[in-house]
Amino acid sequence: MSLKDIKHITLVLSGKGGVGKSSVTSQLALTLSLQGHSVGVLDIDLTGPSIPRFFGIESEKVKQAPGGWIPVPVHEARKASGEDAQGIEGKELGSLRCMSLGFLLANRGDAVVWRGPKKTAMVRQFLSDVHWGPMDYLLIDTPPGTSDEHISLVETLLKQATPEQLAGAVIVTTPQAISISDVRKEINFCRKTNVSVLGVVENMAGFVCPNCSECTNVFSKGGGEVMAKEFDVPFMGSVPIDPMFIRLIEEGRKPVYPQGTVVEGKDLAGEINEGAVQDDGLLVDKYTACSLCPIFDGMVKKLVSKIEG
Amino acid sequence: MAPSLEEPIQPVDDALDSHLKKAPALVAPEPEHCPGPESQSAGKGDACAGCPNQQICASAPKGPDPDIPVITQRLAGVKHKILVLSGKGGVGKSTFTTMLAHAFASNADNMVGIMDTDICGPSIPKMMGVEAETIHVTNTGWEPVWVSDNLGVMSVQFMLPNRDDAVIWRGPKKNGLIKQFLKDVEWGDMDYLVVDTPPGTSDEHLSVTSFLKESGIDGAVLVTTPQEVSLLDVRKEIDFCHKAGIPILGLVENMSGFVCPSCTHQSEIFRATTGGGRQLAKDTNVPFLGAVPLDPRIGMSCDFGESFFDNFGDSPACKALKEVVRRTGEEMGLDANHVLPDHEDDESMDRPWH
Repeated sequence: MSLKDIKHITLVLSGKGGVGKSSVTSQLALTLSLQGHSVGVLDIDLTGPSIPRFFGIESEKVKQAPGGWIPVPVHEARKASGEDAQGIEGKELGSLRCMSLGFLLANRGDAVVWRGPKKTAMVRQFLSDVHWGPMDYLLIDTPPGTSDEHISLVETLLKQATPEQLAGAVIVTTPQAISISDVRKEINFCRKTNVSVLGVVENMAGFVCPNCSECTNVFSKGGGEVMAKEFDVPFMGSVPIDPMFIRLIEEGRKPVYPQGTVVEGKDLAGEINEGAVQDDGLLVDKYTACSLCPIFDGMVKKLVSKIEG
Repeated sequence: MAPSLEEPIQPVDDALDSHLKKAPALVAPEPEHCPGPESQSAGKGDACAGCPNQQICASAPKGPDPDIPVITQRLAGVKHKILVLSGKGGVGKSTFTTMLAHAFASNADNMVGIMDTDICGPSIPKMMGVEAETIHVTNTGWEPVWVSDNLGVMSVQFMLPNRDDAVIWRGPKKNGLIKQFLKDVEWGDMDYLVVDTPPGTSDEHLSVTSFLKESGIDGAVLVTTPQEVSLLDVRKEIDFCHKAGIPILGLVENMSGFVCPSCTHQSEIFRATTGGGRQLAKDTNVPFLGAVPLDPRIGMSCDFGESFFDNFGDSPACKALKEVVRRTGEEMGLDANHVLPDHEDDESMDRPWH
């Protein structure tokens, strides 16, 4: 059984599409890895897998081993080497690996046109036939809705994983009412299936104009926090839109910010003075320069202390 | 069970046809790798061995679904049927659906209907400001919920006892409801029926497509956002349309560019690193209908269930949207001026919707 050696399993859910489930999943994974945990990401969005794109490993293929699949590595574990002056280079890292249907497709533009039973079979197979090995965290990225994939996922997890392993679900939403109304349904889904809600992340909360630093609430504001209060679930925090993060994912560019950008007490500016743009290196190292990194760092610390007690 | 690396793609024709056949009543849930109770190999496949349904599936008559002619009959009065599709979620399918419907309905002579096939996350009722309504059943069928005199809506939201109830349904149940939306709803004589869909390429899309095959679909409008993460999924949706034989009316790029309200600096929030929707349309030989900028007021209008067209008629986003609607009409072979008159006649803009 492939889930046996995994310490904690966390689902990332949202009733609404395009709110940033995959984006939040990948950032949670990167941050957990930066904090030294070994992480696996399982993408069960079968008709629209985005995880391979987020980690920049779209061209990878899954390898087959006797009795199962080998997940695709994003980076290996790295030991801390304290004497490194730059600080970033020597940071301790946990390994990060993924599994997604995207790795099984012959052509990235191919449509996966599947009815329910076939999706159910695939989800079960993903949960039972992937050789994760010993690992601290498994994050499961889901498609929008409350249908076949979700029912099969929770059904299988309740059967195959122990209650201690199944930590719960992180709910992602955007602030506007249209999104909130779908996400309420997802919280009710968790209640009905006895999956505990670890917290709500409000994504795309505000966009800071790079020209005048004026913050615009592109998709309204505060909705996630109000909903969390109403359902009596923890609110984990708001994540603003950062075009530099999107750029990092889309182009692999290391984020650079104008002078005076301070997030969570950390000054992120200054890189621009070096002139040279550093575009190579691991995604996870480049991510440490992103303004969202400190936000997720705080969120993940809270999450980890909650899960590990 | 040993994992297989075989091509995980099911032929779309099979998946589509299985909806057109009569489904036998099953005594147990469909097993993994079920060939589909309606398929020719039902009860005879490898997966059927040991399935409690085997006998039923094998002996059931495999004739065409008797409901298809009923659906065709029911929709005989609907002139144009348009699907709004996107592989990706949250790109603005529902928003665009409501805009399209409002625009069509702004001509008082048009009768317009919206069918919301997103069963697990219905957004249309809230966007149209009719979230609290319920469906009335008359002796001729279910009555759509009327937003205005000439704009009707049907969605699963109207059937929920509580607003926040989750619809935890597997595929076959969702397909059943979509069939009822087509078969039992009194659509009447309509000029346009706009069908909003959930993200993906699965049950809902297959059933809508196969149920409507006989009565004919004018085509699909695909919605995307500019970044590659979204285009990747939309590419799959285009592939689906080609395989399923749905004509594509065109591609709309939503949320392209954001103008800061304080300094009017334009930022590309969702950067089009691979050329955006325009390039995708070119690559796949699909008409490009236009790009609509990101405007926080569109989201606000949707939250309050009001028409963006009415409230902010002269904003750049509204102008772009109108142009997209006109182009959509042109692609359908209609006179753009009839679909949405260019001159903002006061009569149509002052019409009360609520």
